[in-house]
Amino acid sequence: MKLYIKYLAIHIKSQMQYKVSFYLMMAGYFVVSFSMLLGVYFMMSRFNTVDGFTFEEVLIGAAVTMAGFAIGEGVARAFDMFPVVISNGEFDRMLVRPRGLIFQVMAAKLELSRLGYIAQAAVVLCYAVPASGIVWTADKIITLILMIVCGGTVFCCLFLIYAALSFFTIEGLEFMNVFTDGGREFGRYPFSIYGKEVLKILTYVVPMALFQYYPLLYLIGRETGRFYMFLPLLSLLFVFPAYGLWRLGLRNYKSTGS
Amino acid sequence: MKAYVSVFRLRFINSLQYRAAALAGIVTQFAWGFMELLAFSAFYRVNPAAFPMTFQQTVNYIWLQQAFLAMFMMWYFDFEIFGAITSGSIAYEMVRPLNLYGRWFSQSAGTRMAKCLLRCPLVLAVALVIPGPLRMSLPPSAGQFALFVLSAALALGVVVSFSMLIYISAFFTLSPAGVRVITAAAVDFLAGGVVPLPFFPDKLRAVAELLPFASMQNMPLRIYSGNIAGTAALEGIALQAFWLAVLMVLGRLWMRRALKKVVVQGG
Repeated sequence: MKLYIKYLAIHIKSQMQYKVSFYLMMAGYFVVSFSMLLGVYFMMSRFNTVDGFTFEEVLIGAAVTMAGFAIGEGVARAFDMFPVVISNGEFDRMLVRPRGLIFQVMAAKLELSRLGYIAQAAVVLCYAVPASGIVWTADKIITLILMIVCGGTVFCCLFLIYAALSFFTIEGLEFMNVFTDGGREFGRYPFSIYGKEVLKILTYVVPMALFQYYPLLYLIGRETGRFYMFLPLLSLLFVFPAYGLWRLGLRNYKSTGS
Repeated sequence: MKAYVSVFRLRFINSLQYRAAALAGIVTQFAWGFMELLAFSAFYRVNPAAFPMTFQQTVNYIWLQQAFLAMFMMWYFDFEIFGAITSGSIAYEMVRPLNLYGRWFSQSAGTRMAKCLLRCPLVLAVALVIPGPLRMSLPPSAGQFALFVLSAALALGVVVSFSMLIYISAFFTLSPAGVRVITAAAVDFLAGGVVPLPFFPDKLRAVAELLPFASMQNMPLRIYSGNIAGTAALEGIALQAFWLAVLMVLGRLWMRRALKKVVVQGG
């Protein structure tokens, strides 16, 4: 942990060397997510509700997804570039170091400009949390925090899976974007609007609905069972297949020999 | 002219090599379009009367958008061009007996078209045969289809000539990433990349339709399904031609100024 903080400090220092570019990048992500939300606003002001959700309720779900994505990408961004790490032989050097591999890969790059997404998510939450008409009791605040933290973990796992797959092939990994970038894009609406089949996939295969849709139902009072409050925790089970795949890939790893 | 055509061809053939990546791209774009349309269906169930275009037109719009993503989306930049400016290899470019604007223009148009040609046939083929309400339809008439092709060509020109402005801005900023992301997001939004222009609030829509961004994907995609037809389509195409001319003149002038005091980076 201490080492990780040290790495973090180095990354902050190095990215702060190009201040203008850093802030512009952050602003960039802010604008990207803003344009997405503007789209939601246009649609919602035309139709008022979708699948029974109001604009503010949709926004809470969107902000949770965005914050989760930002945490996931900020922390695990390095996995996104893992194919390069493998092909330039950097990974072989990591193998001989006396530290955990996941830790090394993760610490090698931290993308702080993703704070732009977090800022946007915070702004949206500041608006939507009071405007939604939800009475914010302690249990609901806990639910919201669980949603964001577990969302971040699920996105981290997705990036880990991406890296694990690149042990086997480096071609054609673009389809993973459906889950990573797609998760962020489509998480702007509660996942139920995409229909039952998609919701099932997002519940049992890639558990994104577990940290977004179901707890959202609890937040807005459509479901009152405590069960829904703790469903985000269930999405943490996704860590096991993700880690398993990583181990499997690692066992199959043959150096690129450079 | 022949030289530019060769640059275009070279790029085109080069980009055709990445077939596995293209296949993954096809799967991604198909899944993406499918999800988009499921979201639109959810809104359609809420209130069909509030839909500003028919559902079939929306379906066609989204499938075409996915199929022609590489051609019309601003964020598909040619990173070689940025690289040339920031790494200093621009020096080699400048000694070549070619107009740099023309060379880069044909290069990025070629890349965009090749990427798109690899991907669009399969996406379109699947979209045209899937059963159910999400199936894409054929254009209403041959004439309308001809207008679509013409409009698509102009849209590609407008997209490339606008992206040229962003490439040129790299001469001045050198670290173009932030500017690039912001501009691309704003442009794609105003071009109807996030939500088609008819879904915009009326006042904003009226303004947006006159901007050069509406001459990008908005025009051909709406002409295809007949959302814009007849004289409106011809007017739209004229507007596209106008913006193409303006953007190209602007780009050339700005490029000339940039090259006059260009600093070659690196050693």
